[in-house]
Amino acid sequence: MNKTPNSDALLVSAYINGDESALGELVTRHKQRIYSFIYSKVYNRDVAEDVFQDTFIKVIKTLKKGKYNEEGKFLPWVMRIAHNLVIDHFRRNNRMPKFENKDDFNIFSVLHDGSLNIESKMIKSQVENDVKNLIHELPDDQREVLIMRIYKDMSFKEISEQTGVSINTALGRMRYALINLRKVIDRHNIVLTN
Amino acid sequence: MAKMYPKSRPNRVSNNLVPRDETIKFLLDYSKALSVINYKNVKFEALLN
Repeated sequence: MNKTPNSDALLVSAYINGDESALGELVTRHKQRIYSFIYSKVYNRDVAEDVFQDTFIKVIKTLKKGKYNEEGKFLPWVMRIAHNLVIDHFRRNNRMPKFENKDDFNIFSVLHDGSLNIESKMIKSQVENDVKNLIHELPDDQREVLIMRIYKDMSFKEISEQTGVSINTALGRMRYALINLRKVIDRHNIVLTN
Repeated sequence: MAKMYPKSRPNRVSNNLVPRDETIKFLLDYSKALSVINYKNVKFEALLN
């Protein structure tokens, strides 16, 4: 057998001219690479066998019909056919490769749905409403600092500039605002949990 | 974070995977059985058993 770099082209040519053994040589030579490529996409031995088989059926038909015109590029051509058939497979099944959960790895241990369910959303809304009502009971200067810090996300430097007091005063008002909120919550046994 | 890196990689693909012998045999037999008949610019496929 010719082992020169273009021997694929010679084998293809021989096959087109009726030498069936040339196909066997081509399949033997490239089966591992093509099959591994397909398996790396579909992760299923049976599906990989099917796609591999369909790939070479297409190769055989194309060669026998004399439609092959990529002399010297046999393997890239076959890989492209395999790639297209893998895409067809996923289109047909309308899904992407999936993880199979094994003993030492469960995909749901790293993936979770972070959105709240309807009950949690309602509780969160009620808690936020209660907190707003409590804030309204605070003295004006404390409420002003707390709203700027928590709801407007301002720094104490910005708060001091806007309210015309020192940073230490703003910090003190924030501290007393939180202390007073806790007192009211404790006094009235208000439950603020989500 | 460590949980994101399993000790074994279940989806690692070995480069030594090859198709089953039956698949190869089917393809070679299919090739021998398939003949393409040309008739006035039209190509017909015929499978001869």
